Amino acid sequence: MSLLEARGLVRHFGGLRAIDGVDFDLSAGEIHALIGPNGAGKSTLVGLLSGRIPAQAGTIRFDGRDITRLPAHVRVGCGIAYAFQITSVFPRLTTFDNVALAVQRTGARDLAAATGAALARVGLAGEAGQLAGTLSYGHQRLLEIAMGLALAPRLLILDEPTQGLATGEIESFMALVRSLVPEVTVLLIEHNMEVVMDLAQRITVLNAGRVLARGTPSAIQADRAVQAAYLGG
Amino acid sequence: MRMLALHLAVLAGVAALQFVLPAYHHTNAARILVLATYAIGFNIAFGYTGLLSLGHALFFAGGMYATGLLVDQGGWQPWAALLAGPAAGGVLAAGVGLLALRTAGPAFMIVTLMFAQAFHLAILYWGRFTGGDEGFTLSGAARRLGPFDLADPATRYGAAFLLFAAAMLGCLALVRSRTGRVLIAVRENEERTRMLGYDPFRAKLLALVLSGLLSGAAGATYGLMFGYVGGSFAAIQYSILPLIWVLLGGAGTVLGPLLGTALLFYLIDWASSVTTASQFVVGAVLILLVLFAPRGLLGLLRERGLRSLP
Amino acid sequence: MDFGPFLLLAVMEGLVGAAVLALTASGLSLVFGVLRVVNVAHGEFFMLGAVAAWFVSQWVPGPPALAFAVALVACPLLVAGLAALADRLVLKRLAYEPEATIIATIGLLYILQQAALTLYGPEARPVPPPFEARLQLPWFGWSGYKLFVIGAAGAVLAGLWLLLARSRIGLVMRATQIDRETATAFGIDVDRVYAGTFALGAALAAIAAVLIVPIQQAHYLMGGDPLLLSFIVVVIGGLGSLRGTLVAALLIGVSDGVISTFFEPTLAKILATLLVALVLVFRPQGLFGARA
Repeated sequence: MSLLEARGLVRHFGGLRAIDGVDFDLSAGEIHALIGPNGAGKSTLVGLLSGRIPAQAGTIRFDGRDITRLPAHVRVGCGIAYAFQITSVFPRLTTFDNVALAVQRTGARDLAAATGAALARVGLAGEAGQLAGTLSYGHQRLLEIAMGLALAPRLLILDEPTQGLATGEIESFMALVRSLVPEVTVLLIEHNMEVVMDLAQRITVLNAGRVLARGTPSAIQADRAVQAAYLGG
Repeated sequence: MRMLALHLAVLAGVAALQFVLPAYHHTNAARILVLATYAIGFNIAFGYTGLLSLGHALFFAGGMYATGLLVDQGGWQPWAALLAGPAAGGVLAAGVGLLALRTAGPAFMIVTLMFAQAFHLAILYWGRFTGGDEGFTLSGAARRLGPFDLADPATRYGAAFLLFAAAMLGCLALVRSRTGRVLIAVRENEERTRMLGYDPFRAKLLALVLSGLLSGAAGATYGLMFGYVGGSFAAIQYSILPLIWVLLGGAGTVLGPLLGTALLFYLIDWASSVTTASQFVVGAVLILLVLFAPRGLLGLLRERGLRSLP
Repeated sequence: MDFGPFLLLAVMEGLVGAAVLALTASGLSLVFGVLRVVNVAHGEFFMLGAVAAWFVSQWVPGPPALAFAVALVACPLLVAGLAALADRLVLKRLAYEPEATIIATIGLLYILQQAALTLYGPEARPVPPPFEARLQLPWFGWSGYKLFVIGAAGAVLAGLWLLLARSRIGLVMRATQIDRETATAFGIDVDRVYAGTFALGAALAAIAAVLIVPIQQAHYLMGGDPLLLSFIVVVIGGLGSLRGTLVAALLIGVSDGVISTFFEPTLAKILATLLVALVLVFRPQGLFGARA
C-alpha cells in the first residue's frame, strides 16, 4: 500500500534544475533510502516532501490526501516528521524541553512521562536535565531523532543520520531504525553505503535532479548506470 | 517549587514595602510597579519570543488613551474604562502584528517604530480630543473605582501591586506552560520550531497580543493612578524605556523587568540630582548593556549557576 | 499670489528640502548598504553638523563667507571623526550585529543629544548665510542662497557618485558590501572600510546640515525630522540602493515641500510614516525595483 505518491515534482533555483520532474513513491512500513552524488537534489527532494521548499510543479499525496499546498507545520500534523541533516536541536534548552516540544505537539496528556519514554527509547534518559548544546555530537544526533520520533509520525525523514557517528553508535542507530518499522515508514538520505545496503528495503537513486534508478539494494548494486554516476560518469 | 517560593517571596517583599517607605519613595514604588508591568509585557515579546519591537509605546499609550478618553469624554464608568485599556492594547497589537510579523529583524523594528510614530502624530493632530502634547488630567470622580479612590496613596499602591502581581504570576505561568515552551522555541530557532509542527506566525502573534494586552493594562492603570494622560507617553521614549528596563534586568527572565525598571528609575533619579544630563545615563546604560551584558543582570546570574531561574 | 506662482514657490522650496534630504539620506543608505547597520543616531550627526557650524560662525572672524567655508570643511570632518570613533568603540565590538547596533545607536542618539544640550544649550540660533543675494522672479523674490544650496548638494552628490563608481575606494566599498569574507581574502582591511563608510555617512549628514543651517536655525532637537525623512527615503528607495535613495529623496523632498505648503504637515507625516511601514511589509525591496 502506498503511503506517499509524488508526481512530476519540479523545483528550479534560478537556472539550476535541482529537481526536474521526479516521481517518487513510498510504501507504508518500508525503509527507503535516497542516494545520489553530491548535488543530485536529495535534500531538495525531501525539502519538497516535508514542505520546507514549495514545489513549482507537480503533486504530492500523503495517505490519499493532496498535501502539495500545505505549509510545513501542517504536514507535520499530518504525520511527516523531518530530522535535520545539520543537527539543529535547541542548544540553549534542556534535552527534556527539546523532546517535550515534540511530544506536546501530539497532545500527550502526561507530558513528563511521555517525554521520558521518548528519551529512554534513544537512550538519553540520563541526560534529560542537560542543556542540549552541551551534549556530545553523537548524543545530539540521537536527540534529533528522538524529537522526530516523539512527533509520533507515520513517515520519518532522516537526513544524513549517521554522519559523524562512531561505528558502535551506527550499530545501535541501525537497530533503532529497524525497531521502528512497520509502524513508521522511514525515508533515509545516507552516504554510508553499508548502512544503506543493510537497512533499506528499497532504494531510489537521484542524479542531476532526476531519478536514475530504483529498486532493491541488490538490483541497485548491479545497475550499470548507477555505477557510472558514482564512479565518475 | 523553590522557584515559585522565590517569586512569592519577592511579591511579599514588595507588598510589605509600602508600610516602611517614606512618602516620596512610596509614590515612586507604585509608579515602578506599574511600569514594571509594562516591562513584563514587553519581555513576553522581546525576551521570550525574540520579537524586538520599537513601537510598544503604541500599546501602552493606546491603553492609556482608551481608558482616559472613555472615562473623561465617553462618560464610561472607571471600572469599565479600565478594562478597555488592555483590550485596546491587545487589539492594537493584533493589528500591528498581522502586518509587522510578515517582516523580521531590523525591518520589524522599523515597522513597529513607524506605527507607533504614526499613533503619536495622530494624538498631536487630533488635539481637539486628545489635548495634543499637553494631554488632559482626569477628575477625581474618574479615578474612583467603586469604593477605592486611586488618589489615595495606600489604595494606589494596592492597585499597582495587584496589577504587578497578576502580571508577574501570569508571566511565570505562561513561560512554564506548553505555550511558553513554544514561544521560547520560536525565539531560539524559528525554522526548527516549524518542523516540529508549530506555526511560528501564530506563536509570534499570540506573544505580541499578550504583550500588547499587558502594556495596555499598564498604560490604563498608570493614567488612572496618576490622573494624567499625555502625548509624551506615546513618544518613542516610551518604546525605548521598556527595552532598557528589560535589557538591564535580564531579557527572558520573570523578575528581570521589575529589577531593571527599579534600577533605571533610581539611576535616573540619582543622576538628575547630581547633573542635569540625565539622558546621558540612559544612553550610556544602553550602550554599556549591549556591549558588556546583553543578557542583563539576572541573565548573568542564570549563566553563573542559577540555571533554573525562569 | 495666484495658484500657479504659489505652486512654483512650493516646488522651489521643496527642491531645497530635497537637495538636503538627498545628502542626508544617501549617508544613511550608504551605511546600511555596506555595514548593514540601521543608524538611528544619523539625525544627531546632522544636528551636530549644524551646531558645530554655529560655533564656527562665532569663532571665525571676518566675513560670513569665510566662516561658512571653514564650517563646510571642518564640521563634516569633526562629525566624521566622531562617527569613526563610535564605530571603533561600539559598533565594531558588536560585530555589526543588526539588532544590537540599533540599540547601541539609540544609546548614541541620547548621548549626542544630551551633549548638544549641555554644551550648546536649548536655544535655536541662526547662522548668517555666506552671501546675500536675491533672485527676483515676476511674482516673488527668492533667496539666492537657496539656489546655492541646491547646486552645492548636487555637486557633493556628483562627487559621491564619482567616488563610488569610479574610484578604488568605491570599488573596495562595493566589494566589502557584496562579500565580507572574500574582501578580506583579497587583502581589503574590512575594519577600515567599515569605519570609513560610517564616517562618510555621518559627514554627508553634516554637510547637509551646514548647508541648511543659514535657512533653518541650529537646535539640539533638530535631528528628529531629517532622521524620519531619511528613513522614509531609504525605505521607499529600497534599502541600500543609492540610486533609489536619490530618486526617492527628490520625490519625497518636493512633495513634502508642496504638501506642507497646502496641507497640515502633521497629517502629511502620519501618512508618510504609515507608507514606510506598509512598503516595508509588502514591498521590502522598495518602490523602485530591487537594484542595489
